[in-house]
Amino acid sequence: MTLWLAIVAVALVSIGFKAAGPVLLGDRTLPPRLAGVIALLAPALLAGLVLTDVTGPAWSGLDWTLCAGLAAIAVTYALRVPVLAAILCGVVVTAALRFLL
Amino acid sequence: MTTLRRSYLAGARVGLGLGVATFVLGVTFGAYSQTLGWGIAAPIVASLVVFSGSAQFAMATALAGGGNLAVAVGAAALINARFLPMGAAVAADLRGGRLRRAWEGQAVVDGSWVAAHLGEGRFDREKLIGCTLVQLPAWVLGTVLGVLAAPPPDVVARFGLDVVFPGFFLVLLIDELRRSRQAVLTAALAACLAGILVLFVPVGLALIGASAAALVGLGVRR
Repeated sequence: MTLWLAIVAVALVSIGFKAAGPVLLGDRTLPPRLAGVIALLAPALLAGLVLTDVTGPAWSGLDWTLCAGLAAIAVTYALRVPVLAAILCGVVVTAALRFLL
Repeated sequence: MTTLRRSYLAGARVGLGLGVATFVLGVTFGAYSQTLGWGIAAPIVASLVVFSGSAQFAMATALAGGGNLAVAVGAAALINARFLPMGAAVAADLRGGRLRRAWEGQAVVDGSWVAAHLGEGRFDREKLIGCTLVQLPAWVLGTVLGVLAAPPPDVVARFGLDVVFPGFFLVLLIDELRRSRQAVLTAALAACLAGILVLFVPVGLALIGASAAALVGLGVRR
């Protein structure tokens, strides 16, 4: 029962968070300074997501083979390799390192 | 082909790339739920109605760790609090009355939001929706496969599939870094904040703390 209640509650919270901005703001645009902050939310959030994905809670999940795979993705994508090929490169590097070691 | 249709298709194309990562993560969520004894229906319904990997993992981890309902919902809410400013950011680019905007706002998920970002805080509505429309079935079908097949976690690790999700976030980050020097500065600051905060607080809180790096934008002249 707790599980189902949790699922319903988390769904409602999630839907509410996504709906709040569009409902309250409508088609009004944000003040320029706030828009400046929001424009930078994406790089901030993405950097945070990548870092916490790598570290895990309290840096307990740090795995250098995963870091090597991510480095391969960064290098290949920076060299203009298409997204899926770059990701595949990272997967192969990590899987190969884990297989060899 | 109309411009609108092209935008939807552009979103769907990005969504396909992200969908691969979303599908793999869905499989891991489905498989994880089986180790917790969730049964078949609960994880699939969760993926359908919550549609947020980070929140679902946070909720599952909290419940598995003996947390009660409030702790589990609180953990998921903290990690999803980022949807408040993200929803506010896209508000002006959505269409219709309040109810329709609330509905269209549901298309806000991390990958789609970033892919639809045109710069200067403006968003491509059709790209946002097109991208999410591909990711939702990928997420749910991945969960179904994870629930039914329940592959052991070491299979995901052995084939390096755990690289897929952070890998896609990394690719999106590189796209953002190409936009401006402020983006580079902000990302560096956010990474430092996340690295320090994650030592002391749960990942969800560390993410919110890292997002504070966007305050660099207050100093940007327009």
